Amino acid sequence: MELTGDLAWVVDHLDELAYRTLQHVLLASIAVGMGFLISFVLAVVAVRRRAAYAPILALSDLLYTIPSLALFAALISVTGISLLTVEIPLVMYTLVIFVRNIATGFDSVPADVLEAADGLGYTGSQRLWRVEVPLAVPLIVAGFRLASVSTIGLVTITSILGDSFGGLGFFILEGYRRSFPVELYFGAIPSILLAFAVDATLTRLQRVITPWANPPRSVTAEAAP
Amino acid sequence: MIGDVVAWLTDPANWSGPNGVPARLGEHVAISVASLAIAILIALPVGFYIGHTGRGASLAVNLANLWRALPSLAVIAIVLPITAAFDNQAGFFVYPTAVAMIVLAVPPILVNTYAGIRGIDADLVEAGRGVGMSERQLLTGVELPLAVPVIVTGIRSGAVQVVATATLGAVFGFGGLGRYIVDGIGRFSLGGAAQMLAGVVLVAGLVIATELFFALLQRLLTPRAIQVHRSATPTPA
Repeated sequence: MELTGDLAWVVDHLDELAYRTLQHVLLASIAVGMGFLISFVLAVVAVRRRAAYAPILALSDLLYTIPSLALFAALISVTGISLLTVEIPLVMYTLVIFVRNIATGFDSVPADVLEAADGLGYTGSQRLWRVEVPLAVPLIVAGFRLASVSTIGLVTITSILGDSFGGLGFFILEGYRRSFPVELYFGAIPSILLAFAVDATLTRLQRVITPWANPPRSVTAEAAP
Repeated sequence: MIGDVVAWLTDPANWSGPNGVPARLGEHVAISVASLAIAILIALPVGFYIGHTGRGASLAVNLANLWRALPSLAVIAIVLPITAAFDNQAGFFVYPTAVAMIVLAVPPILVNTYAGIRGIDADLVEAGRGVGMSERQLLTGVELPLAVPVIVTGIRSGAVQVVATATLGAVFGFGGLGRYIVDGIGRFSLGGAAQMLAGVVLVAGLVIATELFFALLQRLLTPRAIQVHRSATPTPA
């Protein structure tokens, strides 16, 4: 049977859907990875130097309130239409989630545990990697989940930067421009499903990695614009 | 570049007419206030009910989790064809953005209302009952005032979210300050950069004003007796 109309369009574009989904995941992964590395350093600094704690958290909170569309736009005039313009805001939005979760994770290590480590003759970096990081793992993993899901949502907005970006958001914008609801939904529904799927997968992963931390909760309860 | 933005912002031509700053700011604020008001009307009673009775608490938490995962652009996109089918004008340009704003603002308000009521020392509520307060008096005289700081934190979080989503609405033809950003990007190579950056400055200003307004409101509404007791909830948008 010959497929006609909307269904034929959908079938015709399944390979493009796969490509855009992959792009979506890739753009999000780069941001979450980079954001984690930067946040880890910031969190260590914040916990080691108490004076830096409040300013670092306040700054990352402030970044979070800037509407994403404005942040992407502001960067166009600095880095042009490029991967950097896509990734810098995405990374910035992960900072507030990661820094807070990692710093709180370090903070949750009881003082006598730290003293015991010092008493055993651990150096600063030994104590960090063998005691503080392992004990902070539940909150770090919770941060990963939240950062990933919120970044997945923000990637759709990068479609305003042109057809080379946007992941599944590409279909949303193109569908809108062509007044073609099928394509609009072709982007919108998979992008929501992708976010839910990543959330469910990371929740499961969280249970596997840190079965003792139940229920696994993140300190930041809300998401980005 | 900064000079161009200042020039754009100080050009009288950009401060009048339907595409002028006052008109665009008015649109932005109007849709934000209306959406936030509707979100509050939905979220407060439900949050009170859940917090007061303890029923449906897991539903509220799950709702918040689900909300976190919702891409706002996708929400507007999904609503658009539906409302456009009913109304060719507002259904196309206004309702999709407004509906997305309400959908995204309800959960933080609801969850914080629930958490605020839930977090009240049970002994205080018991004491209220002990002195013969009715359930309604308990709600308005004890639970509501004590929960106010946490509730306002939720509303503030919802408000920042709402202002951001209104900006995004410009992608789908809504006016507001996001219009400058989207139009500026569209004409970037034709000198749209100044307009785009002016839009960024105006949006950032509105967000800061929103934050300040709610910080002030929180201080005004918090009963003096509990003013030192600050909520630890972070307020991202």
